[in-house]
Amino acid sequence: MNHWIIAPVILPALLAPVLGFVMRHDMPLARTASIAGTIALMAIALGLFVTAAGDPQVYYLGDWPAPFGIVLVLDRLSALMVLVTTILALLVLIHAVTTGWDARGRHFHALFQFQLMGITGAFLTGDIFNLFVFFEILLIASYGLMVHSGGRDRMRAGLQYVVINLAGSTLFLFALGVLYSTTGTLNMADLALRLQDIPVEEGALIRVAAMLLMIVFALKAALFPVQFWLPATYANAPAPVAALFAIMTKVGAYAILRIHTLIFGPGIAATDGMAGTWLFPAAIVTIAVGAIGVLGARHLMALIAFSVLGSMGTLMVAISAFSPAATTAALYYLVHSTFAAAALFLLADLVTARRAGDRLVAVPATSQNGLFAALFFAAAIGMAGMPPLSGFIGKLMVLDALREPGTMAWAWSAVLIGSLVTIVGFARAGSTLFWKSTALLPAASGGPVVQAEPTAAARPAGVAGLASVMTTIALLALLTIFAGPLVGYLDGTTAQIFDRDGYVTSVLGTEGET
Amino acid sequence: MEFVVASSVGALTAAGIYLILRLRAFSTILGLALLSYAVNVFLFASGRLAIDLPPILSPYGEASYTDPLPQALVLTAIVISFGMTAVLVMVALASYLESDDDRIDLPQAEKDEETGRGATQ
Repeated sequence: MNHWIIAPVILPALLAPVLGFVMRHDMPLARTASIAGTIALMAIALGLFVTAAGDPQVYYLGDWPAPFGIVLVLDRLSALMVLVTTILALLVLIHAVTTGWDARGRHFHALFQFQLMGITGAFLTGDIFNLFVFFEILLIASYGLMVHSGGRDRMRAGLQYVVINLAGSTLFLFALGVLYSTTGTLNMADLALRLQDIPVEEGALIRVAAMLLMIVFALKAALFPVQFWLPATYANAPAPVAALFAIMTKVGAYAILRIHTLIFGPGIAATDGMAGTWLFPAAIVTIAVGAIGVLGARHLMALIAFSVLGSMGTLMVAISAFSPAATTAALYYLVHSTFAAAALFLLADLVTARRAGDRLVAVPATSQNGLFAALFFAAAIGMAGMPPLSGFIGKLMVLDALREPGTMAWAWSAVLIGSLVTIVGFARAGSTLFWKSTALLPAASGGPVVQAEPTAAARPAGVAGLASVMTTIALLALLTIFAGPLVGYLDGTTAQIFDRDGYVTSVLGTEGET
Repeated sequence: MEFVVASSVGALTAAGIYLILRLRAFSTILGLALLSYAVNVFLFASGRLAIDLPPILSPYGEASYTDPLPQALVLTAIVISFGMTAVLVMVALASYLESDDDRIDLPQAEKDEETGRGATQ
């Protein structure tokens, strides 16, 4: 048994209370410990990523045999997700420290580590009730991070976010109750095994549970019609937290992919084809909502939040096909869109810190206008999906995988028109923010449009302040350059996702064949 | 007994959903609390209803027992929902003190007054 599998959960779980109780009055120490812990976490995730290349590895908590105890399962998908999470977390954390966000409220680092614990646990667990528990851990930490440093709009958006997620958690529990009462198990592999024997006519409760779970995960993934919380939350969250939340929507996407391939996957008579039928139109409408929102947004953070919504729509269109080629494309696009969204949010933080607020109006050019314009241009290209960055390859793969006659017309037009509208929205925002600004002299600050003072207080961002944004954009470039090897790895991941028997046998041992 | 349990779960859920849809902080908190009671009773019933049976296998011959797993699940769910309600109360209180308003939805109109352009996003 490989004990490193539980390390990504244990390390932040032990570090967070120490950060919260012992180091709360010593900011330099807390920063050092938090960054060191996250680097260690990334190293562990990298090690797990390397070892996960073979069959799924199982960690039996307390060494209880599989269907009775809780298991953690490390396969290629969960290893990839944990690695993406830790890389993103390190970049966000460095940004939060260099910009001083972590000092604007209490317990940022402790909450940040608890958040990492919840996310990595949700990716690793092989038990569906345990998935609920890790969801709650990551949610309760995210409530704290969401309202970090306070303020009226942020508290109100935070309240809305807490309420919507509590309602979602209740639905999750209802789904688990239905699932347990019909099958008598909560282990994912065991569920997959038992659902095979349930005939269609007795599967009504299973279908109810599957739909309830899909609604819960769609809520996390911000799919239409439960996408309404995302723009308000992301636009009002502190920018580094919004960048970290880029992985939170992917937790929902991961859960849909995992549950609806493994438990309610192909070959289960009771729920065959149900997920794709509902997910596909929801994802198409999500793309439309995201694109229209990008075009109509009057605030920079809201603009980025809507572009995240559009990218989730594109991702879920690919997932809803539940075919190997589309899943590979979805995973590539998932990695890309996580970093693209994070890059935009971190950059927006640097830009808005030098302006009065994040409204999309021209104010006199701030320091380093050209540099920020170039970075925004690069990140927006990545997000909108234009060459040469990885968004283009991701969307190309998604389109290429969706060639079924019934879905092709809808999927292609939604993704392509959505991209075009997003490009227009970003181009308009960029030209307002950076280009028109150069036409306004600082002396004209008394004019009717420009109510803001030229932000003299803002100092030019140093190398440390820009490091995270530049690294994130560089990661997008690396994703493009190494697209070939990555897609090779993802092909193996997809093969493993659709190999249900392999997963079941790994978790339940040799009895899995019976 | 099944009828009593089922109808109480139904009544609690209906009341909870109604209160949440009021979109005021206090009634929403009460609604979520009712909803979590409903789900706890529901989870408890998912292991089949039984009276006067131990939740363990007895070594002394008695064959029937009640399923212990839902009890463990309910315990976890109660702890989590209790903590969540406490957090929710604190966030709602902070939100009320900051904005003098206990509505759950966002004051979008005020934001746009700043720009003087009217329509919302």
